[in-house]
Amino acid sequence: MSVLVVIECDHGDVKKSSLEVATYGAKVAAQLGTTATAVAVGEVTAANLAKLGEQGITKVLHDADARLKHFVNLAYVKLIAAAAQQESAKVLVLANSNIGATVGSRLAVRLEASLATNAVELPTINGAAFTVRRGVYSGKAFADVTLMGERKIIAVKKNSIEAEHAAGQTAEVVSFTAALTDADFADAPKEVKMASTEGGILLPEADKVVSGGRGMKGPENWHLIEDLAKALGAATACSKPVSDVDWRPHHEHVGQTGITVSPNLYIACGISGAIQHLAGVNSSKVIVVINKDPEAPFFKAADYGIVGDVFEVLPKLTAAVKALG
Amino acid sequence: MLVVGGRPTEAKLVGQIDSASIVGPAGKNAGRDSIGLVVDERVVQEVKGLQRGGAAARAIELKEAAGSGTVTVLNVGEADTEVIIRKAISIGADDAIRVNAFPKDAFFVAQQIAHYAKEGGYDVILMGKESIDFNGFQVHGMVGELLGIPTIAPALKLDIAGDTATLEREIEGGKEVVEVKTPFVVSCQQPMCEPRIPNMRGIMAARTKPLKVVEAIGQSDRTAVAQFALPPAKQGVKLFTVEQAADLVKALRTEAKVL
Repeated sequence: MSVLVVIECDHGDVKKSSLEVATYGAKVAAQLGTTATAVAVGEVTAANLAKLGEQGITKVLHDADARLKHFVNLAYVKLIAAAAQQESAKVLVLANSNIGATVGSRLAVRLEASLATNAVELPTINGAAFTVRRGVYSGKAFADVTLMGERKIIAVKKNSIEAEHAAGQTAEVVSFTAALTDADFADAPKEVKMASTEGGILLPEADKVVSGGRGMKGPENWHLIEDLAKALGAATACSKPVSDVDWRPHHEHVGQTGITVSPNLYIACGISGAIQHLAGVNSSKVIVVINKDPEAPFFKAADYGIVGDVFEVLPKLTAAVKALG
Repeated sequence: MLVVGGRPTEAKLVGQIDSASIVGPAGKNAGRDSIGLVVDERVVQEVKGLQRGGAAARAIELKEAAGSGTVTVLNVGEADTEVIIRKAISIGADDAIRVNAFPKDAFFVAQQIAHYAKEGGYDVILMGKESIDFNGFQVHGMVGELLGIPTIAPALKLDIAGDTATLEREIEGGKEVVEVKTPFVVSCQQPMCEPRIPNMRGIMAARTKPLKVVEAIGQSDRTAVAQFALPPAKQGVKLFTVEQAADLVKALRTEAKVL
């Protein structure tokens, strides 16, 4: 019996959200008195996989098949299922990402497992009773879900747990293969279009986000958002109306029908705070709202706010952040 | 094509939430009110969503473009969900199936969809990304696995030529162009297509189109909700003036500790 953790990788390194998943998996293993093994998917170096020891992982299974560099649903599922069988994994932990949840839902059927997506806390394990708290109603409420199956799969929401870094600990990296056939690559991508962040931070992985709405008045004013984001080391985002009129690309659209983010800091500039937008951000730890309309509904969901013109406030904030050093 | 969607079970969930003990600093009544409020708004949105949005609208566009084929709407829910099913028919679906059961959990729902999808021999099974109440994002993958066919989720674009579909799958930080043969499952994400507003003819026609009510098969003992809970209430916004912008930044470092 062990805990198996699915690690997503990109550009040779482990994704930040997967460091959180590794930490979560290692803690569940400790709760169960067992060890945590990882299986890696995506492009990654063995040296970076060994560093998962810092999060408490003892062993990493790695299939270096070049066809697995990009996301292929069926092949990933087969690989992870084979790893779960080999390791007799009773608990499988993945990121609640598009990849993690897509793979996890198939695995739940294949492994006859109980699945909880969007988990926000470590499970409560009391004898045979295994309960996980997950976010529902777009972060407005939680549901404590009991996983009754003998096998359990948990998809962990980003930023729900802080990744641990026990310096010097390394994991053993073991090469691993599943008998993949051409049929497993039926959904292999013909083309991969990654968003250009121009050296900036990718939105779904970001700790801090600076977001602009229609109050920014036009794409030509976005340098104000970008300047603050750069000073903070934050990603940039936007509201739906902004991506609808193509001021910003769709992949920056945060909200119910776009990306859901839960950074430590979300700064909303010139966004009124419609319920559809709040649904995408309301599990952020700290929300700062800048809006010239004191009645903007976003202020009700905010921790900090400035009632004022974004064109006046943003340069002041940027200067103040730079002054902090 | 089979369109699955519209899980307007919020009224039921409000009932569940009411009867479950809601714990949280805001107190039981405050909690109920706040969830009740969200749910009310969401019901309205869901109706609009199914009427105008993603899966159903795109299926009908594809059918019209191909000049042939049928679009069936399927919903797993009790009788009160028929209002929503009729709305989906009114934008141009041909018929509908309601699986008469409370959607207990994702696996239960996936079993129903897989069973009736197999029975109908549909070549494309379209659905949304996740229910707006439970935010599960599970059903698409489960249906694909139960039927042994690929699932593309979430997809931003869907085009079909003959038995080959070209889709854009959203992944963190980008998208992948994927080509699959039918049959397959797709979870549709906006902006997949233009909203469709039902016209009077569609609304009238929806009243007479067939809506078959079938019984559920199987059961699920995979998961159960033990209780609902609320996050801690926000302390309220701390306001700064424009001139105090630097003080706000300081507060983010020293008080909120996020810088």
